[in-house]
Amino acid sequence: MRIAIASGKGGTGKTFVATNLFWLASEMGMECVLADCDAEEPNVAGFLPGDTESVTEVFQQVPVIDPNKCTFCGKCYDYCAYNAILYLPEKRWIQVLPDLCHDCGACSYACEAGAITEKPRLLGKVKRSAYGPRSRLTEGRSEVRVYSAVAVIKKAIHEAGNKKVTILDSPPGISCPFIATVDKADYVVLVSEPTPFGLHDLKLSVSTVQQIGKPFGVVINKAGPGNREMYEWLKEYDIPLLMEIPFDREIARIYSDGGLLSREHTSYREMFRRLLKQILHFQSV
Amino acid sequence: MLGSKKMKQIVILSGKGGTGKTSLAAALATIDGPLIVADCDVDVANLHLLLQPEDEKQVRFTTGAKAVINQSLCTRCGACMDHCRFDAILFHDGRFTVSVTSCDGCRLCMHVCPADAISMKESNNSFWYTGSFRNGWMVHARLAPGEENSGKLVNVVREQSRMLQEKRGVDTILIDGPPGTGCPAISSMSGTDLAVLVTEPSRSAFHDLIRVKELTDRFHIPSAVVINKYDLNGQITVEIAEWCGREGIPLVGMIPFEPEVVEAMLHCKTVVEWAPESTAAKEILSLHQQIFKFNRMGIHKEEEI
Repeated sequence: MRIAIASGKGGTGKTFVATNLFWLASEMGMECVLADCDAEEPNVAGFLPGDTESVTEVFQQVPVIDPNKCTFCGKCYDYCAYNAILYLPEKRWIQVLPDLCHDCGACSYACEAGAITEKPRLLGKVKRSAYGPRSRLTEGRSEVRVYSAVAVIKKAIHEAGNKKVTILDSPPGISCPFIATVDKADYVVLVSEPTPFGLHDLKLSVSTVQQIGKPFGVVINKAGPGNREMYEWLKEYDIPLLMEIPFDREIARIYSDGGLLSREHTSYREMFRRLLKQILHFQSV
Repeated sequence: MLGSKKMKQIVILSGKGGTGKTSLAAALATIDGPLIVADCDVDVANLHLLLQPEDEKQVRFTTGAKAVINQSLCTRCGACMDHCRFDAILFHDGRFTVSVTSCDGCRLCMHVCPADAISMKESNNSFWYTGSFRNGWMVHARLAPGEENSGKLVNVVREQSRMLQEKRGVDTILIDGPPGTGCPAISSMSGTDLAVLVTEPSRSAFHDLIRVKELTDRFHIPSAVVINKYDLNGQITVEIAEWCGREGIPLVGMIPFEPEVVEAMLHCKTVVEWAPESTAAKEILSLHQQIFKFNRMGIHKEEEI
């Protein structure tokens, strides 16, 4: 079962929930895998250092235009939906902007002069590591300055496969990287915090997840200093509140040092065990 | 007021989300003015919750297009599926359909279809807004759920804020950036004079800070660091400060973890307005001075005038 741990807002505790759930499943001897899909800023390895098994490079194909074969007809320029081709016909000048290219192949298809070939460009890496006897980690890590991490995210999810417990630690936001992750999930856990920012972003995340058509529930993190508005909103829309994690400086301290709350506190371990059970139960019904 | 007539663009970034970019941006926006504020975290914009602008203009934005297959024209040849590199063409029950979440809007399927059965449908439920707030003018946007192209929408917000800057004759544009290092972050920082990197003392935030610094370096944008909630983990705060020293990045502020910061947000106010006597507010006032001083002293790119 693929479980995406997601949130529109950053810093609400996605990685915190994902790493604790995974650690618990691993401790319980379940077949499990955690994919770090926040490829722009992957943080799972800081909490769960595994033994690296393999590293795969992810490339995209970028067109190269041979100026000697190019007839400057402009058809590739017309076909490109991303403004990734600079074309100045009066100067007989044409150039590809690799950063804007989405590797769709439209220009290659368009070219009738055989002037376009494609060459690989490194987007990032996917690392696979072993954690326990039945547990694995995969990490997507995009190269800094790469515009879109989506191909790296897709590869990380593909490498993770689909085990009994497959956790996808999702990137923030609600656009392409978030959608690429959540789209592959059977269930989505939205992590939020009970503040005006948290609620505003939760509403956006909920509409996005509803639009993709995925079942979901909410975990409220850092509960306590915030207000009740989020609870009332969840109730009004009949959205399941899966778990509440109190605001606690001790939790923040453990997390900041790269520690795992479930490993250090049995009471929290029990809370995460109940959360995991609830999610897995969802699939069996 | 700033001492120089030069136009300045300052972007707040962090790599990791939730380190306090928006709270800091809002506080900086309510100290000295007037200025232009641009919220470039268009996926999940929050700055308007604290600055509560009065929007004077609302403009619809087309984020992209998705392919649609007309079933009555489709001959089931499968050419679209063969050419699609995004695995966005699905085949079930004898019909080809488009996965809206996978379609990248490249239009290749439309071009290859021999039956002209494919057209593109635009998504235009996103908006951008300009208006005034209590200390200047603001540009912000709302990306519709499930829509793409946030980098392009960021570019629109940037362009609109430059136009406002010219129209209103103010020096500074303050940009609240998105998390990450991808296209919206790159679009938010390109051509700015200073990047203020907000971090917190955790292994994750430090790791992400190093990556976002790599990004600002590649774009030759000078950076300065602010450690938020620095007292949550003294040891990592020291490590970050030492790293700043080695990298030659000015550490311009250390904001303590204080309940007033959360209280201010709950009341939709900035901390300098809500609790001006708090240590956090005083620290922000001091770092505000430093940031603008750096700018005046010309740590920014000299060629960008």
